[in-house]
Amino acid sequence: MMGRGWGARLLGMHSYLTLAFLWLPIAVLVAFSFNTSRLNVVWQGFTLDWYRQLAQDVALLRAARNSLVVAIASTTMSTLLGTMAALALTRYRFPGRSVLEALLYVPLILPEVVMGVSLLATFSLLGFTLGLQTVILAHVTFSTPFVALVVWARLQGFDRTLEWAAMDLGADEWTTFRRVTLPLLLPGIVAGALLALTVSLDDFIVTFFTTGPGATTLPLYVFSMVKFGVSPKINALSTVMLVITLSLVLLAERVRRSQ
Amino acid sequence: MTRRDRLRLLALVGPLATWLLLFEVIPLLLVLAVSFMRRGTRGPVMMAFTLENYRRFADPLYLGILGDSLRIAFLTTAICLLVGYPFAYYLSHLPAPRRTRWLALVILPFWTNMLIRTYAWIMLLRSNGLINNLMQSLGIIRQPLTLLYTQEAALLGLVYSLLPFMILPLYASIEKLDRRLVQAAQDLGAGPVRAFLRVTLPLTMPGVIAGSILVFIPSLALFYITDLMGGARAVLIGNLVQRQFTQARDWPFGAAASVILTVVSLLLILLYVRYFAPRGGEGWV
Repeated sequence: MMGRGWGARLLGMHSYLTLAFLWLPIAVLVAFSFNTSRLNVVWQGFTLDWYRQLAQDVALLRAARNSLVVAIASTTMSTLLGTMAALALTRYRFPGRSVLEALLYVPLILPEVVMGVSLLATFSLLGFTLGLQTVILAHVTFSTPFVALVVWARLQGFDRTLEWAAMDLGADEWTTFRRVTLPLLLPGIVAGALLALTVSLDDFIVTFFTTGPGATTLPLYVFSMVKFGVSPKINALSTVMLVITLSLVLLAERVRRSQ
Repeated sequence: MTRRDRLRLLALVGPLATWLLLFEVIPLLLVLAVSFMRRGTRGPVMMAFTLENYRRFADPLYLGILGDSLRIAFLTTAICLLVGYPFAYYLSHLPAPRRTRWLALVILPFWTNMLIRTYAWIMLLRSNGLINNLMQSLGIIRQPLTLLYTQEAALLGLVYSLLPFMILPLYASIEKLDRRLVQAAQDLGAGPVRAFLRVTLPLTMPGVIAGSILVFIPSLALFYITDLMGGARAVLIGNLVQRQFTQARDWPFGAAASVILTVVSLLLILLYVRYFAPRGGEGWV
């Protein structure tokens, strides 16, 4: 379908270059995390020192712990809310349904700055102290649509006759949900949860506005490190974060595809 | 609906609706309200109605920022489109096993942290960075070039982070294209260019628009990319909002800027929904 002419060849070259463009900077960044030179410019030798320094950086470890706490707490809540949202929107018809649906997906299109400052304003003017709790609340707000989308997609192909069969056999609504619906939905729910986890761990802008003193997360810590200057330590930290994110995404995809 | 159904629905929808009300509707309305208030002396805001915050945007300084924002966002979108469309086209024509691999290679950066990806470029572009040092050691230049802290660097940073957002919707749209239509056009005598312009492009417009929106709106708002790569040379609306809520402590003005940013975003999305959302309701997702 492509043809062998110079047009096709040019297209191919352009595509390979684009792919290289996307990946080379990342590859260089990862490579230099193993570089002995502190200036991060010329390759001098292989070392794991920078990774060792990461493990000893107390502030960094605290930020990592905060990120994890926020991610787990917010993912739990957003998975619950998101799944409920998907179920409600697919299976029931009620007044205001389209409004609810629109509001649910607003965080996906609203610029994060606006969401961040709106939450900052709300929390401050209501008298809440900014800290991990406010960050968690903010994260739930933007993670829920992700979970809802994934579970919603999973519900589209859902075979309801299985549920009806269970009820015909005498199971009540709750048992049917627990023994039939939920297990079948589980891959979607887990995939959604993993996505919410990823999004929470990576978030910068909203966290930036809703956090308080002593409640730094990993992305915020990286930001301050980058503003300070370039150092292989940042490369090492970035590599670690990249590996974690990619693993989560691949895992989510594998779970989503299962069954 | 039976009473039990209604209770169940309430249980499902209630918490969600409450949450959305508390953490989405009220905050956004609050921003709107604050944009009409005055800067406070004891607190961040003072309860006094004023249109001053919006009037300030008529000031050449802020008009300049708005203009810069729209210009850079437009350029980012255009570059992403020019680079992304051929790529998506090539991708959709690849045989299945390679296509999946390439798709993975595009989707993975999409999920990685944009801050990290921006840092990669900072590492390359700074005066003491890889590119400058390489060129100096090769003798191409004597002094390091100022690559970072320029508008072009900010543009590069935005394009780099947002390119996958353009490629994926484009690919989804191009992939759905019925190739037979293109063949029919060619059978009727159209050359490849004409077939592209009259058949392929119009039919893949939903992907073009979706990708453009997904790139344009964040370009205005990803302040940390423009801040790290462009510094003082690339102050866009997003940066303006961020500054008002942090250093400048002028919340009402920042709120007004947020409202403007939101309105621009909403207009673009409405444009998409109005003219390009497929009637079948399937969408490109």
